[in-house]
Amino acid sequence: MPRARVYVTLKKSVFDPQGRTIHEALRSMGYASVADVRQGKFFEVDLEGVAPDQARDTAEEIARRVLSNPVIESFRVEVEP
Amino acid sequence: MKAGVVVFPGSNCDHDTLHVLRDVCGQEARFVWHKEADLSGLDAVVLPGGFSYGDYLRTGAIARFSPVMRAVGDFAAKGGAVLGICNGFQILQEAGLLPGAMLRNRGVKFLSRPVHVRVERGHTIATEGLRVGEVLTMPIAHGEGNFYATDEELDRLEKNGQVVFRYTTREGRLDTAANPNGSARAIAGISNEAGNVVGLMPHPERAAEPLLGSSDGRRVFEALVRAVQSRAVAV
Repeated sequence: MPRARVYVTLKKSVFDPQGRTIHEALRSMGYASVADVRQGKFFEVDLEGVAPDQARDTAEEIARRVLSNPVIESFRVEVEP
Repeated sequence: MKAGVVVFPGSNCDHDTLHVLRDVCGQEARFVWHKEADLSGLDAVVLPGGFSYGDYLRTGAIARFSPVMRAVGDFAAKGGAVLGICNGFQILQEAGLLPGAMLRNRGVKFLSRPVHVRVERGHTIATEGLRVGEVLTMPIAHGEGNFYATDEELDRLEKNGQVVFRYTTREGRLDTAANPNGSARAIAGISNEAGNVVGLMPHPERAAEPLLGSSDGRRVFEALVRAVQSRAVAV
């Protein structure tokens, strides 16, 4: 059963208040090397009865229509056969 | 005016909104369950505040696929009056009926307190009969109300006069401290190009009677009534 992994992140141009807060917390804990933190979302989508390349098409469509909001987010899809 | 108040699983301002339309403004109003797909006979549709589908995935992201939203889209396309309050605004954005998107509040915290908003455009379904420049006091209650759009989109909204409300001081002055959530250009409410679909983050239904500390919100609902009635006359 192919499994799609979908990573959704805020676009680079969009301010990420949660990432900023985590970043500040890490700095205050002494992790001086942390230059930036961006928070995102991760989905595992299991698909049944489809070939891997079709699974990719379906997962990309789902990511575009539902899992991400194209106004503020971008996504990346990985498919495991 | 006959208004419908849409009820999604997780809506929690639906009863307040119905109460204001019916008992405060003296209009006919009924609930519209999110599985209904027929809005015939209604003059206006209000998408109330709350946490539809628990705000899972993104605010409004699941609700926008409810059967009723296709009907709301058709209703809006025909010029019907659609008002989205808080979560209702977020649902309209997710559905593509209003531009932009909401980010987490700049300060990350959920904010629940009164704010002041300035009327930026009259002659929308939420501001018909209100004066441009007047200031209304209403509460906000949201974690994701930080309005975002690209600079080009923001310029386009300003040029088209689609900015309906902006966060200001009580005196109506723009001030970073008066912008509670970091919204781009202090935008608290916008409309579509035609002005028949409006979304705003403050809750007019929570400020519609003197007992609640402000009755400014009542004026938003009265504007809706005026807008619908003046159009009905025109038709």
